[in-house]
Amino acid sequence: MSVTFLGMPPTRPFPRNAARALRDSQLRFNLRKATRTIRARRASVVAEAPDWAGLREAGRAIKEHTLRNLDRYLVRLEEAVTAAGGHVHWAADAAEANRIVAGLVKATGETEVVKVKSMATQEIGLNEALLEHGITAYETDLAELIVQLGDDQPSHILVPAIHRNRAEIREIFAEHMAGWGRPAPEDLTDDPAALAEAARLHLRERFLKTKVAISGANFAIAETGTMVVLESEGNGRMCLTLPRTLISVVGIEKVLPTWRDLEVFLQLLPRSSTGERMNPYTSMWTGAAEGQEFHLVLLDNGRTGVLADEVGRQALRCIRCSACLNVCPVYERAGGHAYGSVYPGPIGAILTPQLRGMGSELDRSLPYASSLCGACYEVCPVAIDIPSVLVDLRSRARHPWPERAGMAAAGWVLERSGRLARLQRAAGRLRRLTPRRLPGPLAGWTDTRDLPEMPEESFREWWDRTDGGRR
Amino acid sequence: MSSRDLILARVRRALAGVPDVEITRAYRGPSERPGEIGLFEERVRDYHAVVHLVDEPGVAERVALSLAARGARRVVVPAGFPAPWLAAADAEAVADDPPLSAADLGAVDGVLTTCAVAIAETGTIVLDAGPGQGRRALSLVPDYHLCVVRTAQIVAGVPDAVARLAPARPLTWISGPSATSDIELNRVEGVHGPRTLEVLIVT
Ligand code: SF4
Repeated sequence: MSVTFLGMPPTRPFPRNAARALRDSQLRFNLRKATRTIRARRASVVAEAPDWAGLREAGRAIKEHTLRNLDRYLVRLEEAVTAAGGHVHWAADAAEANRIVAGLVKATGETEVVKVKSMATQEIGLNEALLEHGITAYETDLAELIVQLGDDQPSHILVPAIHRNRAEIREIFAEHMAGWGRPAPEDLTDDPAALAEAARLHLRERFLKTKVAISGANFAIAETGTMVVLESEGNGRMCLTLPRTLISVVGIEKVLPTWRDLEVFLQLLPRSSTGERMNPYTSMWTGAAEGQEFHLVLLDNGRTGVLADEVGRQALRCIRCSACLNVCPVYERAGGHAYGSVYPGPIGAILTPQLRGMGSELDRSLPYASSLCGACYEVCPVAIDIPSVLVDLRSRARHPWPERAGMAAAGWVLERSGRLARLQRAAGRLRRLTPRRLPGPLAGWTDTRDLPEMPEESFREWWDRTDGGRR
Repeated sequence: MSSRDLILARVRRALAGVPDVEITRAYRGPSERPGEIGLFEERVRDYHAVVHLVDEPGVAERVALSLAARGARRVVVPAGFPAPWLAAADAEAVADDPPLSAADLGAVDGVLTTCAVAIAETGTIVLDAGPGQGRRALSLVPDYHLCVVRTAQIVAGVPDAVARLAPARPLTWISGPSATSDIELNRVEGVHGPRTLEVLIVT
């Protein structure tokens, strides 16, 4: 059986990757600041919706019902899109999807495409595949642009450059924009508004002249054939409306039965992901809108395998809001890259080993990348019981016992945040004395990785000292 | 076997014997009540958009003032935009007929539109390419978007909007100006879409 490709090869096991991230105090700082900000925002807009529990239950049930009848709804979607003048293609795996897209782009005679941020196209490694056909894909989402220019990997579903701070972003823009198009202004500062302006200017001309765009979709409505894309910057709208040809690569689990179902998901998704009542822009189109040529590529790439798993199939309900990443104490410390897949965090820990199988050490270690604290389940807008799936996957992942004990120890530290704060303060003061190895039976854990290194000062201490980085 | 048949066969095999689930919709559905104007106004402002409340006879003057304040000399006006609302404006109204190129759209100072529906709870306006709205690019490429909303178009929540809209039309839901939070989660208004959104509510 071929191994499902998930945007990057399974590298070293999670704990080793995580140890590296933990040594990077800049990364930990960026992550902590970002996840905390977004967490607070989500909590406040969710608290504002008096019927959140009802929406969440409906979201869960609609997704579960859809998955239960997926064959029917996929056929329905195909009919509706075709009736509205669109073309539907089916891709069993990443290679086939890439082949289809490359063929469609070549048929237009173009060698450049603009892209809207999409998990599915990252998953199949589309940009790299297109390059082999002499086609350059330009990412247009600000964070994706940062990742692309920095020759980096995304580390968060929603904010792929969450691991970069403004100074790093300024440097990436100043150094690499010229190689991809319009250079960054000479006097570029690290003010976020100036950086956003540089991205606007850099991409403007490209939007106005590129003839082919590639997107994903957040939802695809079976009943009407309508595709739905949520975004913030307007780069999505640029890609979806200006080019003559639009190709959308969409996982088969993104289908929703009816138009009405959007009344649920257009409330669940923005509040859970960016913590806004509504994201700035949502585009909806059906088939060949305004005379555009439209192609929908339906992607399996391991999803039907997940669908067959009684416990694990609930992972396919995921609407990629990233709320579970933002509340996860392990993600906050380890960062997205440690998960070795385009799907990081708690959802990645259950989705990646299911899609890719547990053949590699990395994929076997992912179900252990959790303290099972349950925060991910609580915030999940479609009520995916991530801890239960993790436990189920653990029962299938062969792993030496010190690893398990080690992870249990990590959980013990992580779960007691008060203790962690005290520990961090103490460790900051006693930095030089922090042991690199744990004593006794837990030595097996530190044999394969370093103990989390404590920053010299805690976030709060840093904040107070620098007035939030302004001094 | 085609990939289509292969995928469908895999799905059917995966689902053999799996029971279906019932969907309960225990949330606020479409309501009978109209949307609260004050709430809509507040929620649009929350996104740092500019909001004005005017009565019908005052629209023309307000439009003229807003355009003058921006120094907007040439603005795109889609077919079906009520002519009286433009009567007092000094700016040149550019029609999208024949269709303007993307570069032409980038060169104008702004765009005036109406909308199809507005949502009070989320401060959202929805354009459906109907009269006074034009095709999707018109409200996207220019850097300034002035949208006129009639109070009868304001509904209470998302379910009301979904019920009112026609999925066959291309739809754009707009909640505030273009924004990004990609840099350290700091919200910055204005990336690729209009950096300024101004909403006139006609009471
Ligand atoms: S698993 Fe749930 S919380 Fe996590 S990204 Fe998916 S939908 Fe969001």
